[in-house]
Amino acid sequence: MTTTTQAAPSTANRLRGSARRIGALSRAEALLLRRNPIALLNALGTPLVGVVLLNASAQNGSLPMPGASVVVALTAFALLFAVYYNLVTSLVARREELVLKRLRSGEAGDVEILIGAATPAMAIAWGQTIVGVGAAVVVFGMGTPANPILVVAAVLLGTAVFVLLAAASTAMTRSVEMAQLSTLPVVAVSMAFGGLFPADAQPGPLLWVAQALPLTRVVDLMWLGLTGTTRDGSSVGDGASVGGIAAALLVLAAWVVAGVLAWRRFMRWEPRR
Amino acid sequence: MDITGVIDVVGVRRDYKGRPGFEAVRGVNFSVRRGELFALLGTNGAGKTSLLEVVEGLAPATSGTVRVLGHDPRRQRRVVRPRVGIVLQESGCPSDLSVTETVRMSAGTLTAPRPVGEALELVDLGRRARVGVRQLSGGERRRLDLALAILGRPEVLFLDEPTSGLDPESRQGVWRLLRNLLDAGSTVLLTTHHMDEAESLADRLAIMHRGLIVRTGTPAEVVGGQSARISFNWPPGAVPPLPVLPGGVAVERSRGGVVLRTGDLQLTVSALLVWANGHDLRLHNLNARSASLQEAFLAVAGSGGDQSDQEWVA
Repeated sequence: MTTTTQAAPSTANRLRGSARRIGALSRAEALLLRRNPIALLNALGTPLVGVVLLNASAQNGSLPMPGASVVVALTAFALLFAVYYNLVTSLVARREELVLKRLRSGEAGDVEILIGAATPAMAIAWGQTIVGVGAAVVVFGMGTPANPILVVAAVLLGTAVFVLLAAASTAMTRSVEMAQLSTLPVVAVSMAFGGLFPADAQPGPLLWVAQALPLTRVVDLMWLGLTGTTRDGSSVGDGASVGGIAAALLVLAAWVVAGVLAWRRFMRWEPRR
Repeated sequence: MDITGVIDVVGVRRDYKGRPGFEAVRGVNFSVRRGELFALLGTNGAGKTSLLEVVEGLAPATSGTVRVLGHDPRRQRRVVRPRVGIVLQESGCPSDLSVTETVRMSAGTLTAPRPVGEALELVDLGRRARVGVRQLSGGERRRLDLALAILGRPEVLFLDEPTSGLDPESRQGVWRLLRNLLDAGSTVLLTTHHMDEAESLADRLAIMHRGLIVRTGTPAEVVGGQSARISFNWPPGAVPPLPVLPGGVAVERSRGGVVLRTGDLQLTVSALLVWANGHDLRLHNLNARSASLQEAFLAVAGSGGDQSDQEWVA
């Protein structure tokens, strides 16, 4: 059965095909994650440990609004470890096993392969945020988020940035073991400036650096969305904070664009010989 | 078999950048018709894989054009890929998945996949369905590669050394499978350095050397210009000189061995044996072989190339 002219598939069909391919790839990737206890522990455990440590300081009364703090911290750790670190190691493992090379010879496109690989990591991160919200409400009596859309936008944009950074970081990572080293710059800088600590603790120039970083902006947006106030206490209604939201979204959008460029430019799909 | 070009390659070049750069494919033309098996032969480094990757759309050509099923395999990847299957020279599967899980994952990415069990049966891996990829032997992995390539019922198959690492029995199995696929109308472009594979399967073939196609045609056409070969050990002791043998014979001697090349094997062998028997000589290791692809191939590979040595470019 051959046809010389083939009707171009409609957009809906194309999207359906994309979803099917991503689904198949992410199911396999989830199986692989389940069979890799170290990666699983890292993705699930590290954010929890981080939050327990932060929670300890919250009990001491050093953090305002402990409920929101838990959600924000859990999300931040999840983006760094469940998404970023975890995805660097799994992409490098697939690359070194020549799996990525094979996948690229099939019907799935590059974007589908990347999303398929990232889906389990994203699911874990989002699950942790949701669990964090539940815990914050039950344990700390956190009220309804002031602006849930901001929270969702922050999580989605943050996920996109760290997925793309992970893909780009594989270029500096020759082996799965090396991921511990190669992910250090992103993880350390994000944690140092990530706004997990009060912003006014950062002196001038360092504040500018912090505000240019994606995790800081994710944390800012989430805080605003959850509590209705910026971290220095002004409410969302203020002109200043509306400008702040726009700036945060802009910074994150810029990181997404930079991430796409870095991914296309730097990621290799097969091992270096 | 109709004469529509399922694969058309015109003036394809492929350079590797770097210092020194390397021109792996230096201007290649060929086309493959619907329903035929076309074999690319060549020594290691002849440019087979570099060329194949361009035809598959996995790598860009430096210049020239490629059409697969009438489309550019790179720019119109989305149209071409669902209709082709690819076995790469080297590729892998996640070692923590089972054979079935691996095939199921691939099937999920295809437009019209075969049932998982059917694909595994076709490559004789049915018994190994539940085994982890980690536990497969090299030959079994190669057959899994093949199962994944034919999973989408492709019209065109690209196979880069598909039987490398297989034992003789598995190779025969793969050949049977390929013949069945050809009978069902598939078109196959494969690379190999097993001459018997090309001789047994190919409708047409091309021999590549240093980035160029230096011979092309049916196996009979390519073998046609070659001479048959007779070899034996030169008997020890006082031996009368070899007479002038009929059939247009060229003689080569080396360390006690003699090789004769002839255009008429039967005539030359008869005369040689008459001479030997007449002088009561035993010709040890006597071997007579018709012209074969092997000869044609060695003639090209051994020639050092009628091409210039400018394979390295600045």
